[in-house]
Amino acid sequence: MAQRGQVTASLFATCMVDQLYPQVGVSVVRVLRRLGVTVQFPASQVCCGQPLYNAGFTKPARQLARHTLRSLAGSQYVVVPSGSCAAMLKVFYLDLFAHDPALLPPAQELASRVYEFSQFLTEVLGVDDVGASYTGKAAYHPSCHLLRELGVREGPRRLLGKVQGLESVELPQAESCCGFGGAFSVKFPHISGGMLDDKLANLQASGADTLVACDMGCLMHLGGAIDRRSLPVKIRHLAQVLDGEAK
Amino acid sequence: MAEIKTKDFQAASRRSIQDPQLRRALQRVGAGFDGARRENIAEVTPQVWEAWREQARRIKVHTLEHLDYYLELLDQRVTQAGGQMHYAKDAAQANAIVAQLARSRGVRIATKSKSMVSEELGLNHVLEEAGVEVYETDLGEYIIQLAGETPSHLVAPALHKTKEQVAQLLSQKLGVPLTDDIETMAAVARNALREKFLQSDLGISGANFLVAETGTLVIFTNEGNGRLCTSAPRMHIGITGMEKVIPSLQDLAVFMRLLPRSATGQRLTSYVTLVTGPRRADDEDGPEEFHLVIVDNGRSRLLADPELREALYCIRCGACLNICPVYQKVGGHAYGWVYPGPIGAVITPVLVGLGQAKDLPFASSLCGACREACPIKINLPRMLLHLRHKLAESPNADEKSSSPAETAAAHGYAGLMGRPKLLAAARGLGRLAQMPFVRDGKIPHIPLPPLSGWTKTKDLPALPPRSFRDIWDQELSRLPDKQD
Repeated sequence: MAQRGQVTASLFATCMVDQLYPQVGVSVVRVLRRLGVTVQFPASQVCCGQPLYNAGFTKPARQLARHTLRSLAGSQYVVVPSGSCAAMLKVFYLDLFAHDPALLPPAQELASRVYEFSQFLTEVLGVDDVGASYTGKAAYHPSCHLLRELGVREGPRRLLGKVQGLESVELPQAESCCGFGGAFSVKFPHISGGMLDDKLANLQASGADTLVACDMGCLMHLGGAIDRRSLPVKIRHLAQVLDGEAK
Repeated sequence: MAEIKTKDFQAASRRSIQDPQLRRALQRVGAGFDGARRENIAEVTPQVWEAWREQARRIKVHTLEHLDYYLELLDQRVTQAGGQMHYAKDAAQANAIVAQLARSRGVRIATKSKSMVSEELGLNHVLEEAGVEVYETDLGEYIIQLAGETPSHLVAPALHKTKEQVAQLLSQKLGVPLTDDIETMAAVARNALREKFLQSDLGISGANFLVAETGTLVIFTNEGNGRLCTSAPRMHIGITGMEKVIPSLQDLAVFMRLLPRSATGQRLTSYVTLVTGPRRADDEDGPEEFHLVIVDNGRSRLLADPELREALYCIRCGACLNICPVYQKVGGHAYGWVYPGPIGAVITPVLVGLGQAKDLPFASSLCGACREACPIKINLPRMLLHLRHKLAESPNADEKSSSPAETAAAHGYAGLMGRPKLLAAARGLGRLAQMPFVRDGKIPHIPLPPLSGWTKTKDLPALPPRSFRDIWDQELSRLPDKQD
C-alpha cells in the first residue's frame, strides 16, 4: 500500500465527466487532495476509444488508444472515475494491442498503473473512511465493467458504509445490467428500455432517495429516465457522495 | 439446415418484448434456473466450483487443441465396440446419412431424444420427406413439435409456452379434455409417447459428451425418454457436433458435476446414460446397430479462428441464457436460429454466415454476466467484440455491418475526440446548438438521430457552461494540492 503524501495521481477524467458532468471530476480532485494525493491532469488526454472499440471500429479506436498511451506515460498512478473507461485502459487495451509488439508493452505497463476511483481509494490508499457525511438513503448500482472486468465488488460498498448519515439500502438484483451499454441503448432501444424498466422498478422497491454508481454512463441512462418519470431519486457518482464533508 | 431468420432480429425482438405471455414465461429463467444454479454453487462453495470450472476448461482446451487425435481414437473405439462412424461436412450430408440409414433399414417410425444438433440440421423435416414418422420424446420437444415450432432455449425448448398454452395445444392436437394440471398433462404425453416407443424402429439421440478412450456416447436427461430411445428400437443413431469429444471417462466426472448444476440447478440429472456400441451377444436387449454421426457444419470455422475457438468449449447448459438480461427480455426465437442467448450470438453468425446475422453480436450490453455464469469460463463478451470488429471493418460488402456514413462517423469521432482544442471549439458550437432545446439543464427532446431515439424515453443532460478541463484550468490547477 502506498505511503500517503508521496502519492501522485493523474486524473483521467473521461469524456462523459469532462463534457457533461464536470462536477464529478471536481469531487474526485477534492477527495483525492483531502487524502493527501497530489493530483495532476495531463492536458493532452482524450477519449480512451471505448465507444469505437465496442462498435467494432478497432482502427480509429487504436488511434485514440495510442494517443492515450502517450498522454498517460510517466504518471505514477492513473485514476479514472469510471469502471468502464478504466476497464478499457486496464483490460481492453491489452486485446487491442495484443498483436502489436511495439505497443503491447506500454499498454501492459499502463494497465498496471490504472485504477478506477473507488479501487484507488481502497486498494492503493487503503482507505475505507474518507470522513464524509451525506444525508439520505442510498442504493449502490455496481456497474458491469467495474464489477466483472475489474472485479470491484465490495470497495464502493465499504466506502459508502463509512459515510456519516448515509443509510445504505440494498438494490434488488443489483448486479443486473441497467441496459445502457453505450451504442447498445441506441441500436436496440426496446431491449435497453426493458432492462432500464427492471432496474428502476428495483430502485423504487429499494426505497432509496439516492442512486450511487461509479459510472456516469449508467447514471446518465438511469438519471435520464428518473427525470423523465419525475421519480424522487437523485443520481450521484460515488465521488460526489464522498465529497460531502463531515461537519 | 434449420430455417435462418437471423436477419429479422430487430423486428422479432420488438415483437417478443411486446408479447405478455412470453414475458410471463421468461420470468422463470432468472429466478428459476439461475437461482437454482447459484444455490448449488453456494452448496459446493465458490472455491470448489471455481476449481471444477478450471479443470473442465483445461480438458476442453486440451481436447480442442488435439481434436484430430481424439476423433481418431473415438472412431477406433466406437468401431471396436461394433458401432459405425459417419462424418458430415454440412447439414445436407448429415441429413442424407441419417435418411439413407433409415431408408435402407426400412424404418417407418423414429423416436428422438432431445438433440440441438438435429434441430440445427433440420433433420425431422428430411426424415419426414423420406417417409419416416418422427416423434420427439422429450416433453418440451414434444410440445413444440405438436405446435410446429422450434426450441427457444437450449435446455427447456418449450420455455416460451405457459402451461395454459400447453393445455390448449394438447387438447387440440390429442383430443384430450382441457386441463392445465401439469401432472395430468405429462401423463397424457407419456401415454401417447409410450405407444410410439413400442413401435419405433429407430432411436435418435444427441450427445452431451463423447468419450474417446471408450467410444462412449453420454447423454444427461431427466425423463427416461433418452434411455428408451437409445435401447428399445433396433437401431440407434447418435448425432452430434465434432466438439463434443472428451478424452476419458475420468474427464467425464467434472462435467457430471458442472452440467446439471449449471443447466437446471440439479446436483445430477435423473438419468446419465452411457452408450458404448450396439447390443452385445450376451446383452438381453439394446439396438442391433449403433451409428454415430459427427457433424462439422461450420464448426471448423470456429476451430480455425483462435479468437473464437473457445466457443467450441460450450456444453450447452444454457446458464448464459438464463442470466442474460437480453435473453430474459427477448426470449430465444428472436435470435432467429437454433442457438439463442450469448452463446448463440457468438456461434450463429459463424455457423450461418456473418452476413446473415449482422445484428446478433451487437445485441448485447457487454455486461459480462454470461462469462461469470459459464461453467467453462468461456469469454463470451470478448468474442462478441471480436465479431463486431469483423463485421464493422469487414472488407467484404456482404458482411460489413456499418454503412459508409457510420464508418465516416467513427473516423470523424476519433478525429474530433483526439484533438482537445478542436473538441473545445466543437463544444462551443454544441452549447449554441442545444440552446433552443434545453429546459432546466436538461434536454427533453431533440430532433437529431440518434439522440432523438434517446429523448423518446429519457432526458439528455445539456452541456454545462464549463467542461472539467475548463474548471481545472481556471480553478483547480491553481489551488494547492495539500489542503487542511
